[in-house]
Amino acid sequence: MNEFAATAAMGKRVRGRALVAKDGFSARYDLDRANGVFSRPEHKLADQSYVDRVLVLDAAKGGVATAWMLHEMQSRGVVPAALVLNSVNPIMVQGAAFAGFTMISGFATDITLAVPDGALVEVDPEAAPPVLRILAAG
Amino acid sequence: MRLNDEEQAMLAGAAGPARQWAIEHQIQVGTYLGAEDFVPVSQAHIMADTESLGLAGVEWLERLAALPQAERQVLIPTITDPRGTDFAAAHRLKHQDWMLDLERRAIAAFQAMGILMTDTCINYQTIMPAVRGEHMAYGDTGVVIYSNSVLGARSNFEGGPSALAAGLTGRTPRYGFHLDEKRRATLLIEVADTPAELSDWGALGGITGRLAGDYWQVPVLAGIDRVPASDEMKHFGAALASYGSVALFHMAGITPEAARLADIGAAGLPTRARVTAGDLLGFRRAYTDAIETIDVVVFSAPQLSLMEMRTLAGMLDGRHATVPLLVITSPQVKPDADRLGLTARMEAAGAMVLSGMCFYQSYAREMAEANGWRTLATNSAKLTNILGGYGYRPALLSMADCVDAACAGRIVR
Repeated sequence: MNEFAATAAMGKRVRGRALVAKDGFSARYDLDRANGVFSRPEHKLADQSYVDRVLVLDAAKGGVATAWMLHEMQSRGVVPAALVLNSVNPIMVQGAAFAGFTMISGFATDITLAVPDGALVEVDPEAAPPVLRILAAG
Repeated sequence: MRLNDEEQAMLAGAAGPARQWAIEHQIQVGTYLGAEDFVPVSQAHIMADTESLGLAGVEWLERLAALPQAERQVLIPTITDPRGTDFAAAHRLKHQDWMLDLERRAIAAFQAMGILMTDTCINYQTIMPAVRGEHMAYGDTGVVIYSNSVLGARSNFEGGPSALAAGLTGRTPRYGFHLDEKRRATLLIEVADTPAELSDWGALGGITGRLAGDYWQVPVLAGIDRVPASDEMKHFGAALASYGSVALFHMAGITPEAARLADIGAAGLPTRARVTAGDLLGFRRAYTDAIETIDVVVFSAPQLSLMEMRTLAGMLDGRHATVPLLVITSPQVKPDADRLGLTARMEAAGAMVLSGMCFYQSYAREMAEANGWRTLATNSAKLTNILGGYGYRPALLSMADCVDAACAGRIVR
């Protein structure tokens, strides 16, 4: 199976290389936004660049700052291509809506186990239902 | 989403572009999260430090603030979370001019919209606590979880743009913790040993947050053997929200919706975990054991109440800090602390007493680089959770042990 339907999505259709981990996501807690890398030492993607990657992670974490930060990151072009999450919180939705950022969430399977790290994927929020497609293995 | 006539008019632009943006944003968020309609809210609370906003966010605010007055004014009381500096101490913190310029521009924009610059994350202790059943649009996770859980109010996490949108429209999408069915407990935690120190309440919140795992979980804690004080609930909730992204908890027999486990649907829930004093110690030691010397000691996150200021002043009497010691409170508490002599007592011990900011919202990475700070001691589990990503090595200690560390420049074991 290389197509995964989701319960909700927003933004434009995008393609990119997946960066995958069974871990959470918070722009304030996890990122060095100046340099575009995961900076939280305990994060499974620590020291890896997130720029232009389709982040495939488990759940939205942390506080409310991501609602502004996605917009700020996008203004400088130091930003992921899209966010793919098993579970969102309102902050991720609000932040993606404010920034016009592509996000998809709510799968029948654990999406962090289904997508190989480095795979070329497409996030299609305009499909009904919205889907994540694996186009090529990493 | 179903819209009434007023909401349809806002969406059509009849109330100006700011309210049109606001309700469009709210509809997009509400649709994603399954809201069927809007619910009126009586207050909004905006988190908008300029580290989060950046230049792009400040310029966006300025465009709203430049609209005609009738179009840009918020419709309900709208207040603010801590700012990115304390202007009175900015040079001592080594905040740079560009940071202060961004702060001034953001403040001017908010004031033009009629927003009250309260600059606090403890408004439930100092401004106007919510009432049980009151719908709010609060924008600080600690404020949301305290108001939902301890006061029985109803709010989701509202990030800065969404809290501002709620201020402009006077409503928010009705999803999540505005709904009865989302407030029922989903996991039961048994507490074997009720914490004594604020840092251990934070540790309990951190452990519970890790067990809960995501925003939609509602933990209920059983076994707490006394009614926690407001500051204890504050540290517990702030850590739970930080570690778990959790917005609502119950304490059996204590919090207002959990007089009985059956009231919150928890009568048949299996116990997910039993938390002991050893677990709390282990949580703290995981941060602290490998750290010896301390570069800076910080009391913040959440801002300190007057009671915490009183306790800390007592611990600092006759002592002298040898490393920077930051004590951060709200603009509402600070004048009382000044008037009552607490500020002077802490400053006599070498503390820097700051107001209207919060450490992690105040360019923490840049402060670390400018001041050479790497290891940090705090009694805030929430702060401990956040600062690793900013390049700090944080130690979670009791308030008394933080004071000892500030005086010795190292953890006193």
